[in-house]
Amino acid sequence: MSSFWQKSAAGYLLKSTVRLVLVIAAVSVISFVLVSESPIDPIKAYVGEVGLANMNEETYAKFQAYFGTDIPPVKRYLNWAHDFIRGDMGQSLLYRQPVTGVIKEKFANSMALMALAWVFSGIVAFVLGVLAGVFKNSALDKIIKNYALVLASAPTFWLALIALMVFSVWLRIFPIGFSVPLGVAAADVTVWDSLYHLALPALTLSLTGIASITLHTREKVIDVMGEDYILYARARGQRLWPMVTGHVIRNVTLPAITLQFASISEIFGGSVLVEQVFSFPGLGQAAVRAGIGGDAPLLLGIAIISAALVFGGNLLANLLYGLIDPKIRRQGRAS
Amino acid sequence: MGPSQTIVLQTPIRPRLNRRKLTITLALLAALAIVAILAAGILSTEAATQTSFLHKNHPPGADHPLGTDWLGRDMLARTLKGLSLSILIGLGASTVSAFLALILGVASATLGGKIDSVVSWGVDVVMGLPHLMLLILISYALGKGLVGVTVAVAISHWPNLTRVIRAEIIQLKSSNYILIPQKMGHGWFYVAKNHMLPNVFPQFLVGLILLFPHAILHEASVTFLGFGLSPEQPGIGIILSESMKYLSLGYWWLSLFPGLALLATVLLFDRLGHCVRELIDPHSVHD
Amino acid sequence: MTDRNPDILTVEDLTIRFSRYEKGLRKTDLTVINGLSVSVANSELVAVVGSSGSGKSLLAHTLLGILPSNCGASGAIRFLGEPLDNRRIADLRGKRIVLVPQSVTYLDPLKKVGPQVLNDRTDPPSIRAQEKLFEYYGLSPKTAGLYPFELSGGMARRVLLSAAMMETPRLIIADEPTPGLHLSAAKKAMLNFRNFANEGNGVLLITHDLELALETADKIAVFYAGTTVEVAPVGDFRSAATLRHPYTKALWRALPQNGFQPFPGTQPYAGDPIKGCPFAKRCPTVSDACHLDIPQRELRGGLVRCHQAV
Repeated sequence: MSSFWQKSAAGYLLKSTVRLVLVIAAVSVISFVLVSESPIDPIKAYVGEVGLANMNEETYAKFQAYFGTDIPPVKRYLNWAHDFIRGDMGQSLLYRQPVTGVIKEKFANSMALMALAWVFSGIVAFVLGVLAGVFKNSALDKIIKNYALVLASAPTFWLALIALMVFSVWLRIFPIGFSVPLGVAAADVTVWDSLYHLALPALTLSLTGIASITLHTREKVIDVMGEDYILYARARGQRLWPMVTGHVIRNVTLPAITLQFASISEIFGGSVLVEQVFSFPGLGQAAVRAGIGGDAPLLLGIAIISAALVFGGNLLANLLYGLIDPKIRRQGRAS
Repeated sequence: MGPSQTIVLQTPIRPRLNRRKLTITLALLAALAIVAILAAGILSTEAATQTSFLHKNHPPGADHPLGTDWLGRDMLARTLKGLSLSILIGLGASTVSAFLALILGVASATLGGKIDSVVSWGVDVVMGLPHLMLLILISYALGKGLVGVTVAVAISHWPNLTRVIRAEIIQLKSSNYILIPQKMGHGWFYVAKNHMLPNVFPQFLVGLILLFPHAILHEASVTFLGFGLSPEQPGIGIILSESMKYLSLGYWWLSLFPGLALLATVLLFDRLGHCVRELIDPHSVHD
Repeated sequence: MTDRNPDILTVEDLTIRFSRYEKGLRKTDLTVINGLSVSVANSELVAVVGSSGSGKSLLAHTLLGILPSNCGASGAIRFLGEPLDNRRIADLRGKRIVLVPQSVTYLDPLKKVGPQVLNDRTDPPSIRAQEKLFEYYGLSPKTAGLYPFELSGGMARRVLLSAAMMETPRLIIADEPTPGLHLSAAKKAMLNFRNFANEGNGVLLITHDLELALETADKIAVFYAGTTVEVAPVGDFRSAATLRHPYTKALWRALPQNGFQPFPGTQPYAGDPIKGCPFAKRCPTVSDACHLDIPQRELRGGLVRCHQAV
């Protein structure tokens, strides 16, 4: 590999890091403003209506100090940012532990769920999209297309409810929820137990991804099938499958990578909903609990993690692009 | 050489479907659906909240086509009421969002410079957060209720259309029918109003129609999570969130029908949007 | 029926129709090629000349079986005396009948040139053949490792030629093989086709460039609004008097060396309903009989579709 590519990759990484910092800063400011503007009184959310009414002033002041509601917002943000840079995202009010700790624990669960769904949906959607696009207007195409269209319009959480109803309540194939069996010591939970509990949420989560990636892949395949080089391949007597494997898949790979990495954002959103339905103890569920319980530091932390995840996905896609696309890869050699 | 026989080399595969006919059908259907659901929603307000302890948890039957819930409320009425709420919010949010996109797109493309950078940066930031996360944050900031969720959905949906409109106008800017009136001394507003808006209108319309199903879906999602509507407003998200508690008891009708109704509405408008887009720009979609 | 020395290619009465939805809700059939006839004899380079939009590329697509699926085609095509249908065409294309396309866009942008020329073959004899062809066309061996975007226009053309010659074709169909080239460069490119034809093969050159056709072809088929109005030996183009059809004469007069006279009007849009001669609207000698059906007839060693021609 030319040193040019390595150099430009390093430059790109540096630029991207700067952009990451800027985006994270913007996200944190906006999230902070949003969170500070909230009419949700964290103290009330914490102790309840009755608790608040019965509270004496001294205790209230203590609570104010604990939740930080007695400090003006700008100063509060600066305090928060200062701590954040040192790796401290504050104290989760609901979980009563550092936000970083809560996120770490939930992150592993969510990553397992999202990664499984992401890989699965990527593979299935690519295959379906290529099949539908190559056999455009055939019965197979119609089935795949309509299936994807309907799925793309289905609310993720509703799909999760239906899946739970069919597979867990009626057929009893999968457990109703939680990422590990209840009442079993953490050390005794096997990989199979985890996978067993992960399977249905991950499958459900992958459904929405499959729908949109299939439709987009199909469009790209149809675009490629209309290109001059496909016409030429046919004119040279190339059979369908060599043509599909030799030209179509090759040319669809690049847009497919973009699609696949762009879907991380969607899959994170989907995971919030799926985790809620399956009582899956991940980041999404924590975000919802934080939002409803007025746990601003935790909500802020999760928002920033999600932004970093989306950004990382885009970055990875661009780097892969550079590695695969000969036009980018060879630019160094040409100059 | 003897006379050659003329043979058929290839018979055409007829184009299957008339896109125009389908679009008109879908548009009529969509208009009809909106009116019918909104009307039904108004009419069923009472039935949707009327409890009846004699008819608790009835599966679908002759009296209650979609069954009843744990308070004996008719699920058909509740579904229609919920759907009409969703459509109202969807209409409001997508309209606000589309106009926001139009204004920002036109401004950033025509004014350029700092405004363009700020808008582009805003697009980057909004797109940099997962959609649902942003919705949760905004709903959190605005609190529960119709207005909060409408604003949240509106604020989180403008970036895509803004990009489309901005790109369209930047392309338009270099064409003569924009350059000439500018040379003739017409002001920015005049040119934008008389020459640019008519040209981006088709894109705007398609964007607006396609925003609508998204808005409905996302409203239902945040509401389901507990951020959007409050339980007194039985949106589809609320109905489905409540149905979750009764899932393990096997009351399947509480979840199935409201979700299906939502799906059908979303699908209808999504298809309509794509059909309109194809009519406007035949090369953009391959259906 | 069998001819001892049959023409390489004969096309008779080729008709191509498109089926599509018009504005409104009506479905219409568009006839884009109507009653087209052309033939290529042994060692002959035949140019099909027509302005863009005359549908001449569809002729190439028919002969290679790559017409779009929403169009219907009928006609009598013979290759070395053997009648062809679409199935037989599928066997022959890429082997005995090859296409030289017009530009680099006909190469897969993400695939190196070498494997594309080889059509994915990896056996040593094929590789040697490819290397020889590259040498013959003046391409460096390194070219095989380049991607299409790294080729110059001239290199791309030679690569496409090499790809065609990898097989043992009897007929080359060259569809606008020299776009954007100067006449001298284009003539050089044509030399390859000329040599190929001289070895007892056939070349069907599809072009909008009459000048180029005159330089290299043996016979010229003039294409107008979906049909051949005249087929003439290249020698007849020395003066307007030896030409047969008014359109050909007008084309001839429009050449720079013959006075550069433009002629008014435009070609009917493909699919416009035409009764009689499609050139009637622009013809200086039009008469009532021009609006009746005009059969193609032989005249002075050529073919013409004009009742006035003598």
